[in-house]
Amino acid sequence: MASTEEIRADLAEIVNEVAGVDADDVQLDKSFVDDLDVDSLSMVEVVVAAEEKFGVTIPDDEVKNLKTVGDAVAYIERAQG
Amino acid sequence: MPSTRVVVTGLGTTSPVGGDVASTWQAMLSGTSGIRRLTDEWVDQLPVKIGGRVAVEPSEVLERVKARRLDRSSQFAMVAAEQAWADADLEGSGLEAERLAVALASGIGGVTTLLDNYDILLEKGARRVSPLAVPMLMPNAPAANVSLKYGARAAVHAPTSACASGNEAIAMAIDLIRLGRADVVIAGGTEAAIHPLPMAAFANMMALSKTGSEDGGDPTTVSRPWDTGRDGFVLGEGGAVLILESEEHARARGAKVYAEVRGAGISNDAHDIAQPDPEGRGGTRAIKMALREGDVDPATVVHVNAHATSTPKGDIAEGLMLHAVLGEHVDRCVVTSTKSMTGHLLGGAGALEAVATVMALHDRVSPPTINLDDKDPEVDLDIPTSKRDLPDGDVVALNNSFGFGGANVAVAFGSA
Repeated sequence: MASTEEIRADLAEIVNEVAGVDADDVQLDKSFVDDLDVDSLSMVEVVVAAEEKFGVTIPDDEVKNLKTVGDAVAYIERAQG
Repeated sequence: MPSTRVVVTGLGTTSPVGGDVASTWQAMLSGTSGIRRLTDEWVDQLPVKIGGRVAVEPSEVLERVKARRLDRSSQFAMVAAEQAWADADLEGSGLEAERLAVALASGIGGVTTLLDNYDILLEKGARRVSPLAVPMLMPNAPAANVSLKYGARAAVHAPTSACASGNEAIAMAIDLIRLGRADVVIAGGTEAAIHPLPMAAFANMMALSKTGSEDGGDPTTVSRPWDTGRDGFVLGEGGAVLILESEEHARARGAKVYAEVRGAGISNDAHDIAQPDPEGRGGTRAIKMALREGDVDPATVVHVNAHATSTPKGDIAEGLMLHAVLGEHVDRCVVTSTKSMTGHLLGGAGALEAVATVMALHDRVSPPTINLDDKDPEVDLDIPTSKRDLPDGDVVALNNSFGFGGANVAVAFGSA
């Protein structure tokens, strides 16, 4: 089972690849839109890459609830159950 | 004669022979071919294994995250537009966004994005298709992305007429300025179609030359416009952009002027979906229209950058057009096909060749046509095989482009 920090670090790599955000800036309290400047299409790319990386499914309806990096990490942790 | 004069104040390109205008122009003058054997794995299954890849990959120039949201055709357009914009020195010039337009064409659009995403759909499923695919593959994406970069709010156009697209964009830009809809237009064309599907399709319709793809073949000798050994074009890729500006606007800001755009002519063959009218009647009308619009005396036309793609019929038809329009003056006109070096950039061709035409007027020298070892006796034109000086004085140069579907576009540039 991956730790919260491991998930955050892997997610940070994805956000860096998709949106060019410095991976160190992708911290749990950061908002994708307001802090990291990840727009809606980039967010879809992040979600799809995360699904593949973590072996989970993140429905489109759920994506709007993932406002912060912490929201996404928590969702992935739950989904990996 | 139209009252608003239009001038060229900036140039940019990324081409098979150079990553910018200076290197591209020097390569053209020295007769350097940009055609190579392609190194992509997929060429093994194709009858044609050669092409003109850009000399400098856009990934070496563009920021990675921005580039990954752009189809390769938009990447070329962006590289060329950034050069042209800097060359025209428009940053901080006070140009209003509502007076800046973009007319930037592609013949095929984001075909590699489309096909790569189809591969992903088949291999990994619908969920993995990129959410960016549509804004990347749409044919107006190069124009739209350039308009976003510079905040151009007057208009954004992407005329499409296959291999005439780049030249049609330039013709449209002239109209935008003359109709008073913009003071400055970022105009040009781009194409990134070196992919197995378009290459197989062009090869199967007998448009691409299959020469030089054999082991030990020499790719640099295959694009040979007007030579008796020509048997089809060679596919190139790249983009080119010109900054067109009303003379009044350019003078007011003290801009350097490369050349004047005298006039443009557009016509249609309505003859065949792919073959040119063998008598070149539509092209003749387009060239005449360009000269008439610019009030150009045929005796002052000293240079033509021909469409001449190295196909058997098209190259002959274009010679007939020039004779029909220039009459006895054709003997004093230096004709070139820079496609002999760059290959055929399809929707990018008219723009790249416009850059070459403008540079020829500016530097008073015509690039050579390479590989012209045995000129077709049916072509009676002065086509130098090494660079040739052009005369001083007020002179005019023509850039011709003709496209599948029948479109003919000629643009006449005058010395500044």
